Amino acid sequence: MTVVAQSGQPFIDWEWVLTHGDDMWEATLEHATLTAIALGVGLVLSMILALVALQWRRTYSPITWFTGILYTIPSLALFTFLVPVFGLSLTTAEIALVSYTLLILIRNIVAGVDAVPDHLTEASRGMGMTNRQTFVSVQLPLALPAIIAGIRIAAVTTIGLVTVTVLVGQGGYGVFILRGIRRQFLTEALVGTVLSVLLAVVVDAALLGVERWATPWATRKASS
Amino acid sequence: MIEFFGDVIAFLADPENWTGTRGILNRTWQHISISTIGVFVACLLALPPAVYLGHSRRGGFVAVSAVNIGRAMPSFGVVGVMFPITLSIAFLASPIGYWATLIALVLLAMPPMFVNAYVGVREVDPALVEAARGMGMTGREVLTKVEMPLSTPLIMAGVRTAAVSVVATATLGAVVGYGGLGRYIIDGFAQGNDVLIFVGGLLVALLAVGTELGLGWVEKRSDPTQRSIPDDEKRLVAPVGLDTADHVGSGTEAR
Repeated sequence: MTVVAQSGQPFIDWEWVLTHGDDMWEATLEHATLTAIALGVGLVLSMILALVALQWRRTYSPITWFTGILYTIPSLALFTFLVPVFGLSLTTAEIALVSYTLLILIRNIVAGVDAVPDHLTEASRGMGMTNRQTFVSVQLPLALPAIIAGIRIAAVTTIGLVTVTVLVGQGGYGVFILRGIRRQFLTEALVGTVLSVLLAVVVDAALLGVERWATPWATRKASS
Repeated sequence: MIEFFGDVIAFLADPENWTGTRGILNRTWQHISISTIGVFVACLLALPPAVYLGHSRRGGFVAVSAVNIGRAMPSFGVVGVMFPITLSIAFLASPIGYWATLIALVLLAMPPMFVNAYVGVREVDPALVEAARGMGMTGREVLTKVEMPLSTPLIMAGVRTAAVSVVATATLGAVVGYGGLGRYIIDGFAQGNDVLIFVGGLLVALLAVGTELGLGWVEKRSDPTQRSIPDDEKRLVAPVGLDTADHVGSGTEAR
């Protein structure tokens, strides 16, 4: 493990790659866990805020204004506001990660529900459905493609951001990248980056699969 | 808590912390200069092909790929990969960390610029383009007199989105030894100095929000028709159906 960049060193040290499979697997689990927590918490909070915005229209613009500011603040800056309170901890990393998912998810949920044609909601009311029944059995299912598209964007963004949480003691693949920088060891930094991109691609494809499965009517239309 | 903010204010009130190479002024300048150069280079590389492809209404696949790859690529990783590479190339080795950071910033800024410019030019009302042709305009005239002015707000929205990410990410330059405002954060982490960390974060956040608001103002002024497009339709984080990437996707499938 004492490999240092030297002239004449091969571009990629394959021996290092082949002997660190266990580390990579461990980092993958950590990276996936950090991402999953952020997405899960982000989705619950976004659902609540989107419901508030749909119920009371006036709250939509303050909600997007506030989450927009959270989205604009750089992740490192957000860490710095949290470190004095929570230290270099999982909480610090997760609060920052969650705050980046909110704007993306809320906008997609609200836009998805809004895009449901009026005649469908009116028809369901005409069939005697209550507002809640209309929401759960008509609006939400039809908004699902938009919501899942939001989750895909949030997931891919979060997976990239997780690498930075190594600076507050977490990190997943970020650990490889930071060690690569410290030792000026290209292979390790490259492994961290490539694995992060791969995880993003796999998760994105998996969520696309979920969307196809959850909205069979849309798939049928698209494949015809 | 009150004591902590007292320390932060005391740090900011001390003139010694503002001047000199390690001062706030110099580090803010370093931060702004690398961000500006990064955005400028990305404009030069991304906008001409995007505008051309939008004009010829081809290359939707390139636009979708650009935004997807851009979103999945961790900038921290790009800095980490570029750092050893730039160090091994003599004329890129100094100032330390500068070129690695700059390359990451350029790569980060290009996708949102490219997609917004591409979609902006391509989605100009076909009726207007036909009318311009009917008036006898050449392809070049249609591009410069109709398509480009009408798509300016969208192009500027892409530049704004990119610039805000660039200002945020320039902070990472400190990890590879470059200056900028990230220096306070990284040094603060290393020394366990919460005041230093907080000051760095505060300044970076102010700079990012300032960039967003400043370029937002420029964007409004740049609209030749002075009608305002809802923000949702311009941003990459916009909802689906309205999401620029998906927008491009559905467009190409139809073609």
